[in-house]
Amino acid sequence: MTAPAKAKAAPLAELKGDLAVLKEKFGDAVQPAEYEGVVIANGVLVEAARFIRDELGYQYLSSLTAVDYIQEGYFEVVYHAYRLEGGGPLVFKARTPRGVATIPSLVSVWPGADFQEREAWDLMGIRFAGHPNLKRILLWEGFHGHPLRKDWKEPYYEEEHKPFSSRWPSGHHIRAEDRVFWHDNVQYPLDWDPDQAEDTSDEWLYIGMGQFARAETGERVEPKSLRTERLVVNMGPQHPSTHGVFRMVVTLDGETIVRLEPVMGYLHRNHEKIGERNMYLQNMPYTDRLDYICSMSNNLGYAIAVEKLLGIKPPERAEYLRVIMAEFTRIVNHLWAIGFLLNDLGAFFTPALYAIEERELILDLFEEAAGSRMMCNYMRFGGVAYDVSDDWIARAKELVYNRLPRAIEELDRYLTHNELIQSRCQGVGVLPPDLAVAYSTAGPVLRASGIPYDVRRAEPYSIYDRFDFDVAVRYNGDVYDRYLIRIDEMWQSLRILRQALEQIPRGEIQAGKKQYMMRVPAGQAYGRVENPKGELGFYLVSDGSPNPYRYHIRAPSFINLTALNEMCKGHKVADVVVILGSIDIVLGEVDR
Amino acid sequence: MIYGIGILKGLGVTLKHFIESYIEDVRYLFEGGRYQPRHLPARQGPRARGIFTVQYPKEKLPLPENFRYIPFLVYDTQENKIKCTSCGICAKVCPPQCIWIVRGTDPSTGRPRPEPEAFYIDATICMSCGFCAEFCPFDAIKMDHDYELSSYERYESLLFDLPRLLKPDTYHAQIHPSDWARELAEKEAEKAKKREKAAARA
Repeated sequence: MTAPAKAKAAPLAELKGDLAVLKEKFGDAVQPAEYEGVVIANGVLVEAARFIRDELGYQYLSSLTAVDYIQEGYFEVVYHAYRLEGGGPLVFKARTPRGVATIPSLVSVWPGADFQEREAWDLMGIRFAGHPNLKRILLWEGFHGHPLRKDWKEPYYEEEHKPFSSRWPSGHHIRAEDRVFWHDNVQYPLDWDPDQAEDTSDEWLYIGMGQFARAETGERVEPKSLRTERLVVNMGPQHPSTHGVFRMVVTLDGETIVRLEPVMGYLHRNHEKIGERNMYLQNMPYTDRLDYICSMSNNLGYAIAVEKLLGIKPPERAEYLRVIMAEFTRIVNHLWAIGFLLNDLGAFFTPALYAIEERELILDLFEEAAGSRMMCNYMRFGGVAYDVSDDWIARAKELVYNRLPRAIEELDRYLTHNELIQSRCQGVGVLPPDLAVAYSTAGPVLRASGIPYDVRRAEPYSIYDRFDFDVAVRYNGDVYDRYLIRIDEMWQSLRILRQALEQIPRGEIQAGKKQYMMRVPAGQAYGRVENPKGELGFYLVSDGSPNPYRYHIRAPSFINLTALNEMCKGHKVADVVVILGSIDIVLGEVDR
Repeated sequence: MIYGIGILKGLGVTLKHFIESYIEDVRYLFEGGRYQPRHLPARQGPRARGIFTVQYPKEKLPLPENFRYIPFLVYDTQENKIKCTSCGICAKVCPPQCIWIVRGTDPSTGRPRPEPEAFYIDATICMSCGFCAEFCPFDAIKMDHDYELSSYERYESLLFDLPRLLKPDTYHAQIHPSDWARELAEKEAEKAKKREKAAARA
């Protein structure tokens, strides 16, 4: 099966609102794009971005990603910027011919673009001119090629798109390993000689860090009385505090952190490439494996993005079920996050197990409804997979009215006023509000820094506009507030759950007939939801075939890590563990 | 405010949990011990207190009907045939593409025959998503409840072939009672329709 010729739509006829202002300001450098947004000429991109941020008020850069339009011969970088007061995005794009593949970096405007641009360089091979530290982020230095380019093929490559024709009607089983000469998941470039190969990743890493450390010495006050030495400490990849296989390279001055560089990608499987090989529906169970604590809300985000392209709406009961599952997931995640934050603080597993106990009860409900405790795979396009019984609703109510409020109250009593926790957490890892926005942090990290930004309110999806709830916000931006905001959010989730469980109507759970291979109209869509860890976005480009042309995930854990260096600077090395715990990352989502 | 009150209050919570577990133990003592199977729903229910753990593998949690783990093929014991018609929908919808089917052919005519000649599921790749069972139009493939599949070897014993995959429909009826009831009702309705048609024709 070959990819169908990509039918491109005509550019937007006229620009409205802020796009028109942008056009007026920059004239011919701003051209309307297909489907949505504008294309900005590379020459004025940085200037235009600054204008968008300062004059138009789109302060929050949510997502930055690249698309490889191989037939047209150019790369397109897509930016989604939002206003903090809420509302829709301002979508702007930049293009570069495939041979040149260079676009001005926006790190000087939005520091939050840092990791996202590095990701685009790593996977798509687009150089961002002016990026202070442009090196690979998910793959290692020396990796051959840029996997998300449409002409890059993986070692176990079979066909461009699933379903693979070898499976049916004459599907004699072949092990994937046997497809490759080396019987392993590797492929070597033609001119590559293993005897000559050298691993230079670490060298690159330290060079990159050195630049920063030198720049900072100018501002730093050297202690006179005690002569200390710079020391590089590697925490991880195998370290119990890193919540998975994650490495932090810390430059220390004595015990104080000068610079911290997260190194990730140990769990990288190129989820997005797999997603582009898959059919739309086949991606649903894969989204479970992103943030595996919150599979239900990952499903929801993906379903919403595809539904935007399809233009369908699920029936009422399905909408309620989705909200119920998503809010239960939020409670599960926050309990887990608090439990393991306490582990990181040294309270080994007692608080974590108290929290996990409640989580188990919610997972029982998930298991009964969806068939699996963690890999739920529950949502479908235009509905949900299975209905729940009245008994299920009754048990959910029992949890929501009796068990969970008591458990959260107990957790609060147990931990909040504990002086040890207070002294370890208060004033540690402070992220001021302006930086929280600039670094594109999302979710509890953003809201604990005093920015009441919640996608459920800012740009309501599903039926969140019907429920009565408050956006939790705390103002100190330290680890303690990031702990408190999770407690606050659990209370708000319970409020939503009570309303949803009372109001849930009877009826259908699926709009139309369920299809496994549907054609999605050509277009582009960015669907985002407020995941427990922050804003989860799916950027989809459809060319009208049964497989997505581009499938990008704005992973909240990944982008929240951009601010980790900022939070850790100046603290002691023992605090790194706690600060990382307070961001609450899941490596399945960070590394993708 | 005296420093340390918060810690003491917090430790009170731990103490409560500690004492509660003994109170529960004593309570269960009069009811035949905590590990009686009949206590399991209460011990794992929303009102559970005290120790929350399950003594796996001595005791196992009951599985809900929807639980899904590695598919199996249903063998129709009444008509003595494999229900699968080798239409290939499961192989197409499978996200990791772990289903391999050889479509059956009639040796005399060479035309496709509605029965699989060979059917493989690579359990090392299967992600237990349940799409195959969800989209099968013949109710021929269902998700299993048997989750204890560990083996000493990674390849041959986890590549399930047709004999290994086939399970009788009585087993399916036992683990999926409501799904089975739906199937029977549908079959009944179809029969009634046929009878009606025949009656109308006569």
